[in-house]
Amino acid sequence: MGYPHRSHERETPVLSKHFGDPAARTLQGWRERGGYVALEKALKMDPAEIQTIVKDSGLRGRGGAGFPTGVKWSFMKPDGKQHYLCCNADESEPGTFKDREIMRWTPHALVEGVALGAYAIYATVAYIYIRGEFTEPLEQVRAAVKEAYAAGILGENAMGSGKTVHVHVHQGAGAYICGEETALMNSLEGRRGNPRIKPPFPAVAGLFGQPTTINNVETLTAVPHILNNGAEWYKQFGRPDNPKSVGTKLFSVCGNAARPGNYEVPLGFNFGEFLWDLCGGAANGREIKAVIPGGSSVPFLTAEECRTAIMDYEGFVAAGSMLGSGGVIVFDDQQDMVRQIARLCRFYAHESCAQCSQCREGTAWTTKIMERISAGDGTVRDFDTLLSIADNMTGKTICVLSDSCATPVVSGLKKFRHEFEAKLKPTPGVVGYGSTATAAAAPRAASPTA
Amino acid sequence: MTFGPSTPKPSPDQLTAHGAEHDHGPYEAVFTGAARAELDELLTRYPNKMAALLPALWIVQRERGWVSDDAMAEVADVLALTPAYVKGVVTFYTMYHQHPVGRYFIQVCTTTPCHVCGAEGVVDAFLQHTGCGELGVTSADGRFTVIEVECLGACGFATPVMINEQFLESVTPARVPEILAALT
Ligand SMILES: Cc1cc2nc3c(=O)[nH]c(=O)nc-3n(C[C@H](O)[C@H](O)[C@H](O)COP(=O)(O)O)c2cc1C
Ligand code: SF4
Ligand code: FES
Repeated sequence: MGYPHRSHERETPVLSKHFGDPAARTLQGWRERGGYVALEKALKMDPAEIQTIVKDSGLRGRGGAGFPTGVKWSFMKPDGKQHYLCCNADESEPGTFKDREIMRWTPHALVEGVALGAYAIYATVAYIYIRGEFTEPLEQVRAAVKEAYAAGILGENAMGSGKTVHVHVHQGAGAYICGEETALMNSLEGRRGNPRIKPPFPAVAGLFGQPTTINNVETLTAVPHILNNGAEWYKQFGRPDNPKSVGTKLFSVCGNAARPGNYEVPLGFNFGEFLWDLCGGAANGREIKAVIPGGSSVPFLTAEECRTAIMDYEGFVAAGSMLGSGGVIVFDDQQDMVRQIARLCRFYAHESCAQCSQCREGTAWTTKIMERISAGDGTVRDFDTLLSIADNMTGKTICVLSDSCATPVVSGLKKFRHEFEAKLKPTPGVVGYGSTATAAAAPRAASPTA
Repeated sequence: MTFGPSTPKPSPDQLTAHGAEHDHGPYEAVFTGAARAELDELLTRYPNKMAALLPALWIVQRERGWVSDDAMAEVADVLALTPAYVKGVVTFYTMYHQHPVGRYFIQVCTTTPCHVCGAEGVVDAFLQHTGCGELGVTSADGRFTVIEVECLGACGFATPVMINEQFLESVTPARVPEILAALT
């Protein structure tokens, strides 16, 4: 696979239009492709006016939670305080690699979106927080920022507007949790990346204690297009019967997909058509068994469920999952789901910031039990233990990383229970960890909750 | 050789080694001359000194190859923090080396999306062909350290591998000997 990747007439490249075109990376190239017209226009407008346009466009956050961007921006009032914009380019959610491609191919698109966003929320300083491993995106975005400063696009008197917009690149150092917005702010301040308890919300007291907005790379990159073409134009992308999910969205496709890569389609697209027509189904002529449609923290869909799911915030919820970050992970019919879920749990255990006991202990125990089941040493009682740990990990912690670890376990047990059962120890010996009771009474296959 | 489909990639023979030789003598300050000037410029970007902590540690790692206790003390000094505070931050992040590592630090992603594409085989191939044998152990000749890392954010290019600052995409076990041979 590679870029340009367009293989289907139903792809709608807006943000990804210039992927694969190295000439688009430079300031001159970007200007030739219509770059910085929106920023220049915006700097002549009142920030509140920009907030209204973005609100009217229906754009929702592309970082995972889907909060309406214009509404988030409207929390930022001209109160004379120092405001900050943080661009979340930490992209560490397994299965998601769209922001990376935006930064690699169109770094100026991001710089323009960040500068515009900063101005729209009355901030004079913006930080782009890029994960440390993204060496090439870091290099591209740093170069773009440098070019933009040299051309007078950034800095004091940005584009001759008399307005000040500073944009700085900040390199992370390897921690998934720093993608969580409050952890990101802590990390930027030179602290450990521990999420903060909310409230106070960032719009009230965020980075350096000042009103702050955090937006994803894809979200900010969409804004100049909206300013250029208008809110109505943006709203045309989507399904007519769902005004809540509009615009185009980048979906990252990975795992056992025949054609992995990034695909931009309008929200409301049919997931079956997407998976089988655009992405080519499973690789090597195999069948798809399961898909995680929105990055690793959302529930599995079976192949059957994928056929009819609709790719927008509400559509994926109706199908029993979530849109999340748009990272589509494909599992083919040969995959051992227990083993893969165990590996996912290991990821969350490794990435827990360890502030909350439910998360710190829960992710560790879940991983241990899942690995034991995967190794063929599990007992049917482990299922109930897993569900009860998952229950304790959900909705009870400072951030939702804990919930994210519970999700594949609960969803996996529900949808692939037969695979879990097939892995249980043939003859139950000792039941439960630390217990000396024998398992004579334990039924082998059927669990009481089945 | 090709390096993934998307960007023109530097070939591995352009890969540079981490830092200089690891320094075991008396501690030599990092923040003098050009590095000091770089830090001073960085400090203008933030409203306080502490915010420059991660960037300062990156400079140390670039210059020395790893972040020693002495270096943490120096960073604490230039940013008006305590060494204990700096250590607390360093240990939180996985990318700062708290020990010297091989000249080529090889990170292989094995998180689920790469795992389903056979990332384990890539790890095994690196362990075997570098002579490291075990994860996190530096090879006897001091050239290589191989570790598994969690999602590198390039899941569609399984298996992504980072060798020092260079990112390689779509690495297969079969390509490993060729990649290693190209390292000087
Ligand atoms: C554990 C965790 C990790 C997250 N990682 C990311 C990330 O890598 N990138 C991102 O944009 N948002 C991430 N988020 C969501 C952010 O907290 C935040 O909602 C988002 O950046 C807001 O931007 P948006 O409104 O433009 O979507 C993460 C959230 C959690 C709980
Ligand atoms: S839920 Fe986990 S990652 Fe989130 S704050 Fe608590 S311990 Fe940290
Ligand atoms: S899972 Fe390997 S790069 Fe994301």
